[in-house]
Amino acid sequence: MKATVLVRPKVGILDPQGDAVRESLRHLGFAVGDARIGRVVELELDGGDPAQARAEVERMCEQLLANPLIESYEIELIEP
Amino acid sequence: MTERGSRPSVAVVVFPGSNDDGDAAWALRALGADALLVWHGDGELPEGTGAVVLPGGFSYGDYLRCGAIARFSPVMRAVEGFAAAGGPVLGICNGFQILCEAGLLPGVLRANASLSFVCRDVAVRVEQSRPPFTSRAEPGQRLVIPVKHGEGCWYGPSELVDELDSAGRIVLRYEPGENPNGAAADVAGVLNEQGNVMGLMPHPEHAVDPMLGSGDGALILASLVDAARDRMSMPVG
Repeated sequence: MKATVLVRPKVGILDPQGDAVRESLRHLGFAVGDARIGRVVELELDGGDPAQARAEVERMCEQLLANPLIESYEIELIEP
Repeated sequence: MTERGSRPSVAVVVFPGSNDDGDAAWALRALGADALLVWHGDGELPEGTGAVVLPGGFSYGDYLRCGAIARFSPVMRAVEGFAAAGGPVLGICNGFQILCEAGLLPGVLRANASLSFVCRDVAVRVEQSRPPFTSRAEPGQRLVIPVKHGEGCWYGPSELVDELDSAGRIVLRYEPGENPNGAAADVAGVLNEQGNVMGLMPHPEHAVDPMLGSGDGALILASLVDAARDRMSMPVG
């Protein structure tokens, strides 16, 4: 089984990287209101139980993949 | 038991990617400590360690988030145990980031608001004069200490800032107009609840000799050396 974790800066948290990218996009002539930059983590998991896999990836997020003070996360499971 | 007046041992942890370990050890030795470099893979601190310094650098290449990986180094278990037993632990720059990620200090360090790496002297104000980190400084004293970082913007939710402020745990603040990174509430250094773990973004080890621009950082490191000496002269048990 595979999982994709999407880590985002939380709403209300300043994202200077996103701001810089937004400005660059505007320089290129794109009408961009806001840009926010997160991170994607792709995981290959052992085991076949989706509920168990999701619970495990949640623990990974809480303990390492995201910092709950500033980041939120979404988990997508890709079953074979 | 160590006699008061002898050189106390201060462990300086070396992570892969640390680059201020040498300066930290040099500064601590100049201030009367016996500084021991400890490899991050060691599961224990040297016997008789009186204080621990986590130095600046880019441990593990700042992968994922700065400090996020270093906290899993074997030595961190020993550092956590040392801190839990009341031992003084000082994190400088990357060391501060590691202590925040490890949950030993509140908040998190993020990319500078300017997105620029800053490398310059900044003025900070000592908010609290207390052992083990600021006993040699006066409350309100202005210290000039260099910073050099790209991710030094301390952040905590406003409730956390209020809590830290009322408990006197914001121990160093950038002076008005000096905040180099956009840190919330001008936080340059914070303490844990027990007051024996501190992190700061400025580099006191680069400011221990007026010949190099400022000797103000020596007040912080010498406070730590005092605390290490006091700890080592305490009866064991």
